[in-house]
Amino acid sequence: MGKYIKFFLVGIFFGIVLVKSEAVSWYRIFEMFKFQSFHMYGIIGTAVITGIILLAFSKMKKIKTIKGSTLRVPLKERGFTNYILGGTIFGLGWALCGACPGPMYILFGTGAFSILIVIAAALLGTYVYGLLRDKLPH
Amino acid sequence: MEYILKPWPWFVSGPLIALVMFLLLYFGRTFGMSSNLRTLCAIGGAGKRTEFFNFDWKSQRWNLVVVLGAIVGGFIAHYWLSNPINIDLSEATVNDLTALGFQNVGESLLPPELFSWDAVFSIKGILILIVGGFLVGFGTRYAGGCTSGHAITGLSSLQVPSLIAVIGFFLGGLIMIHLFYPILF
Repeated sequence: MGKYIKFFLVGIFFGIVLVKSEAVSWYRIFEMFKFQSFHMYGIIGTAVITGIILLAFSKMKKIKTIKGSTLRVPLKERGFTNYILGGTIFGLGWALCGACPGPMYILFGTGAFSILIVIAAALLGTYVYGLLRDKLPH
Repeated sequence: MEYILKPWPWFVSGPLIALVMFLLLYFGRTFGMSSNLRTLCAIGGAGKRTEFFNFDWKSQRWNLVVVLGAIVGGFIAHYWLSNPINIDLSEATVNDLTALGFQNVGESLLPPELFSWDAVFSIKGILILIVGGFLVGFGTRYAGGCTSGHAITGLSSLQVPSLIAVIGFFLGGLIMIHLFYPILF
């Protein structure tokens, strides 16, 4: 139990940040895809820049994880088709219901219970992908 | 306290999201919220039928704990750390949505036109949520990650596959908003 506390706390922090940044709002996602505000680009941009700096710093200082291994990001497999096709399908859904997987859960916490339908449908989508995986171009 | 109760500017929120990613890496894990959908399928028994879900989901329990935390975080932020004020959307966005038939734009996190029970119990309303959710779930697994896994973690570690996926995210989003929305609304 104890070893899970830190993950619970990180999750709480993540949920608070995404609500306070308004990144969980359907309206902000619409606005982003309309290029009508810098807000979401600012969030993603500063997150990525900070991430690059943090990762470069930890590489330079050879920072270890709490387990004692080298801190590193798992590498994505090489590929193109699955990333561009899967990404586009994801984007269509993201813009339609205004929620990606993190915010789906967080929105449930804000009392938006109809998001459970989106979560259930996302589970179904994931399951169908698993069924069709071998038949899809990767 | 007043600064916490107000919406946080992007230059505060972005770095804090990067901190979440870094903390999970420091704990020897990684930041990716869509993996949980696969884990939940596995817990539901999908591994008996499909090899893709046949993995040791217990090793992913930590990530489900992150989800539980995120739900609690959403509750805390919404009910205890926010003053109810409208989202400061651009005027153009408010005008565009009003023209599409949306009312009271930005007065809540989600538009009642899509997420209220009245909307959910209409054919069009429930189809939008189901199709949207399905595409997110299918697409994120096909692309091997979502906004947290590709746009934040992947781009921060300068991985080309993530850049391709993020380009896909935007391609899909732009097609939906610019081609399909005028038909849907």
